[in-house]
Amino acid sequence: MKFRAKIVDAACLNHFTRVSTMIAKLAKTCTLRISPEKLNFVLSDRVASGGVSMWCELEQENFFSEFQMEGISAENNAIYLDLTAENLSRALKTAQNARALKIKLTNKHFPCLTVSIELLSVSSSSRVVTHDIPVKVIPRKLWKDLQEPTIPDSDVSIYLPVLKTMKSIVEKMKNISNHLIMEANLSGELNLKIETELVCITTHFKDLGNPPPASEDASQERPPEQMAEVHVDIRKLLQFLAGQQVNPTRAVCNLVSNKIVHFDLLHEDVSLQYFIPALS
Amino acid sequence: MKCLVTGGNVKVLGKAVHSLSRIGDELYLEPLEDGLSLRTVNSSRSAYACFLFAPLFFQQYQAATSGQEALRCKILMKSFLAVFRSLATVEKTVEKCCISLNGRSSCLVVQLHCKYGVRKTHNLSFQDCESLQAVFDPALCPHVLRAPARVLGEAVLPFPPALAEVTLGIGCGRRVILRSYQEEEADSTVKAMVTEMSIGEEDFQQLQAQEGVAITFCLKEFRGLLSFAESANLSLSVHFDAPGRTCHLPRPAIFAVKDSLLDGHFVLATLSESDLHSPALCSPELHRLAPPLQAHSTPHLDDFASDDIDSYMIAMETTADSEGSRAVPSIPLSPGLRPPCSPGPFSEDHEAEPSTEPGTPPPKKFRSLFFGSILAPVHSPPGPSPVLAEDSEGEG
Repeated sequence: MKFRAKIVDAACLNHFTRVSTMIAKLAKTCTLRISPEKLNFVLSDRVASGGVSMWCELEQENFFSEFQMEGISAENNAIYLDLTAENLSRALKTAQNARALKIKLTNKHFPCLTVSIELLSVSSSSRVVTHDIPVKVIPRKLWKDLQEPTIPDSDVSIYLPVLKTMKSIVEKMKNISNHLIMEANLSGELNLKIETELVCITTHFKDLGNPPPASEDASQERPPEQMAEVHVDIRKLLQFLAGQQVNPTRAVCNLVSNKIVHFDLLHEDVSLQYFIPALS
Repeated sequence: MKCLVTGGNVKVLGKAVHSLSRIGDELYLEPLEDGLSLRTVNSSRSAYACFLFAPLFFQQYQAATSGQEALRCKILMKSFLAVFRSLATVEKTVEKCCISLNGRSSCLVVQLHCKYGVRKTHNLSFQDCESLQAVFDPALCPHVLRAPARVLGEAVLPFPPALAEVTLGIGCGRRVILRSYQEEEADSTVKAMVTEMSIGEEDFQQLQAQEGVAITFCLKEFRGLLSFAESANLSLSVHFDAPGRTCHLPRPAIFAVKDSLLDGHFVLATLSESDLHSPALCSPELHRLAPPLQAHSTPHLDDFASDDIDSYMIAMETTADSEGSRAVPSIPLSPGLRPPCSPGPFSEDHEAEPSTEPGTPPPKKFRSLFFGSILAPVHSPPGPSPVLAEDSEGEG
């Protein structure tokens, strides 16, 4: 099992750093899946994460000038590593003025992802920063739980408003109740509601637009005004929104009534899918 | 005593107090012939800091009124720091600072003469005290390194602010290496990230130390002096003696800054080498830590032979139990807190070094070796203070 990659372009490095920072905000520990063409950050639906799951995908050739990997075997040419997301994010942040950044899978007393950064320096000497991020190698038999999630058939699919706005609203609502109702319809309307004994607060977003339906039949069946509604834990929604520092290129929210909220985002060339289950 | 500080020096004084506040809770102020000394020590006596401001630093300096003995006083650090709390404000508004102490009053008076005729007077109560003097001499340390504070500031940048301890040493190719130090807890399953910074010899104004020597000290305390040195644009020198052939027990490291008007010393205890579980900079592993650098970006063929993840993977697959839980094989580290008395490079001279028993007081394995008694002169005690380490059983 081998992995070695290198980034030399400053823009690619910054982009990769931003992705890792976003992941660190979304999950404490997650799985890094390395395959010949892609890198994925995966959080699988587990009790520990409260049922939230995440699948973030990027094409390695958009970031790395060099990329070599060898999985467990030829048939299973992938590597699955569990790591603390914040470690990777912190390590990459120290590469602000880097000439080159290398990532390698190593075994220094325990398996590590070694990030080695050659810094630009005023003097002729070079400076090297090395971070050894401890990782846990995930055995093949557990890989089945970490595959790309199937997109559920949603009742309503809608484009999201500016995420920063959504976040500041949800943040205020969090002080009142943990139980948030997300509802949307095919007329481009999205509502965020909280209801307590004393007060009900609803924020209405209008004219958001809906992505074109997957099939003609699906859209005709459903009346455009009818809301699909999901009750979620507000903290999970807030954690998701807090992770989005930059407004994505494309942001779609798919609601399966009373089941799940599925966020499908595209940040330039990095795709992120995030699932929040309905409160039981 | 009466001292008058004017202009930019007020901020320098304030910055020094900020630095000292990172170490201890009490400030010992003593006007001496060669200047005003400000000293402090931390509660566990493992860190001592002092600044000496020469008479020329002051517009007016009067150590003692004639006929009277110079007064020494101890003030709460918090109180003195409050005078210089906001350095930005001090820089903008304070024109003069007058510190005076007379035998009759029970207060140290610090008066700030600010712009627009504003005058702020702080009356700080103090206690008479003995002179706080740590026993140390940079000249006795065989190893020195000196660099502009900026270089060292950049060197500690990759380390998280929360990191407590760091190991400083000389690696292959005379590179100076700083590495995060984590105390290995035998029962912890979550390992911490290890960060290492490697700087070339060329960045140092002086480097007098052999490859392989290393010391581990408290980074947080060091940052106190570092921030002072950076703001004053001074060079910082580190004098140390790593445990080994010349000394069996860890000696404190001395960090110093100096210019014509002041000098500052931070004396920090160092961890004993035998406590280092992680690959020490003195070990043969050293050669792997600082690979020769490729100046160009042509891919240099990494030798993956040393990154032997495969045998680890094989071990993992076979130990995974039937429920498929993630079995991580236990990493064979040096057992627990008791360092193995293994034949190391220094064991010929190995005396009965007391090891740290599990029963000893909290995590810090630093020992205060350099405070004999406050008034006693030169000799440092022959062994660690009995309070901190019990005799080993049948060791050595």
